[in-house]
Amino acid sequence: MAQAADERVARRFPPTRHSALAAIREGGEEERRRALDALAEAYWRPVYGYLRLHWRKPHEEAKDLAQEFFAHLLEKDLLSRFDPAKARLRTFLRTCIDRLAAGEGRAARRLKRGGGAAAISFDFESARAEVEQAAGVAEAPDVLFEREWARGLFAAALLRLRDRCAAEGKSQHLALLEQYDLAAVAERPSYADLARRFGIATSDVTNRLAWSRRRLREVLLDLLRECTASESELREEARNLLGLAGP
Amino acid sequence: MTRLDDSTLARLREALREPDLSGTRYRLLGLAGTGGMGTVYAVLDEELGRRVALKVLDFEDPDIEARLRREAVVLARLEHPGIVPVHDVGRLADGRTFYTMKLVQGERLDQYVAREHPLPERLRVFLRVAEAVAFAHARGVVHRDLKPQNVMIGAFGEVLVLDWGLAKVLDDSRTGENGGPARRPRLPGDTGEGAVLGTPGFMPPEQQAGGSAAVDARADVFSLGALLQWLLQEGAPAALRAISRKAMAQLPGDRYPSVGDLAADVERFLDGAAVSAYPEGPLRRVARAVARHRVAVGLVAAYLVGRGAILFFTGR
Repeated sequence: MAQAADERVARRFPPTRHSALAAIREGGEEERRRALDALAEAYWRPVYGYLRLHWRKPHEEAKDLAQEFFAHLLEKDLLSRFDPAKARLRTFLRTCIDRLAAGEGRAARRLKRGGGAAAISFDFESARAEVEQAAGVAEAPDVLFEREWARGLFAAALLRLRDRCAAEGKSQHLALLEQYDLAAVAERPSYADLARRFGIATSDVTNRLAWSRRRLREVLLDLLRECTASESELREEARNLLGLAGP
Repeated sequence: MTRLDDSTLARLREALREPDLSGTRYRLLGLAGTGGMGTVYAVLDEELGRRVALKVLDFEDPDIEARLRREAVVLARLEHPGIVPVHDVGRLADGRTFYTMKLVQGERLDQYVAREHPLPERLRVFLRVAEAVAFAHARGVVHRDLKPQNVMIGAFGEVLVLDWGLAKVLDDSRTGENGGPARRPRLPGDTGEGAVLGTPGFMPPEQQAGGSAAVDARADVFSLGALLQWLLQEGAPAALRAISRKAMAQLPGDRYPSVGDLAADVERFLDGAAVSAYPEGPLRRVARAVARHRVAVGLVAAYLVGRGAILFFTGR
């Protein structure tokens, strides 16, 4: 299950204000591995989606390449070549994926699932279904990768939020967010509908929904902070992630 | 986890972008604009029953928060018809800092100019901008980011200078307009020495070099010169181009010493008088004098022609 795998990863690297990037580059072996897991949590969906949609890789090959990509990040110390002054981490990672995907001659040497370090088991089957729904949309590689990156971060943040709500006994708060903000506009209930459905006052719906959104925002920005190298990159990426960047 | 399709993602983004107004006197009405530091929403002040603008940081950030708060404090000390009045400052439940101000409905200068207003009208807008900036200088505040996007023309023709987030406060006690680099203690949100903030094309060289201490009121003189140049269409009079060039001199000492002096030259141009930035030869001076006093010159010429005709025909 994607959910179980993601939750496992989320717990391995609890919400923190530290950059996973710094830990991968400067930390000890264990710290680096945990940090890589956090980076993978945010990036596995966009990496897989990008390989499928842009590189037109079949499912099995995209899955193996995605795993190999994260193993390489750690084993080949790829992030030591990253210079935050020259590019965003997201751009650097996309370039690394392009190199990996283009290196067809190395296919035979690729690590197989479970065979290498940091071979994280994500639910590629569910990601496959998602990607195949989106197949056929012609987009520039950077646009496609950014879209998949945003989708991946939001999905990971929702999973972390669920973890947090469960720990704090606020499952109803999460349920309100899922039934309101995640519902299609045509099917979106009114606050009064939700109040009846949950047997609470309308003002409680307003307050609990506001709480869930605040927490989701916090979790999302924490996750983003872990995956950026500097405050300026964090600001820029937060603007992209929240759809605030101008044309 | 259900798939986050594009429309769900868009809704989530919108939900997380919107300011969390729970516990405040404000109710969200809609988006009013975006800026470098944050986003501006139209909100209803339910206590007073009026619509105001709420500017909120896009996300929590101590440095930008200090700049937003500072912008509110700067605005509060600049009570002028050309500067938007600030009402309130605070922090929302989601941790983001905000301030509220008068909601101005109108168009930005770049949108206004696209509708091809005649030159005298553009120059009058320019003078209103200069008045507001000169007032700020008199209060010891340098804007440092004057550009078309930061000027708003209201529905009743009022001209407002917006976005004081990069403003530099020269000296709390100053009242003069001439901008020397006077000293005062640093405030939170002051931009540090070496920080380059501003907009290329409208930013003077001393600001581009990152020397905050070297930036004084003459930085705004440069930006206003760039704004004037931007307002001029092809074939604009040489005197106006000369005014713009002088305001945009590379060395601050070669520019107009104050915004007031720059504005005075533009006013002289509008009056048909000689401008200090454009030395004239005798012929040009006569031509301008004739153009300026066209009616008087016409009457005198008509009188002289009439008088000549009488003399010619009467032989007297």
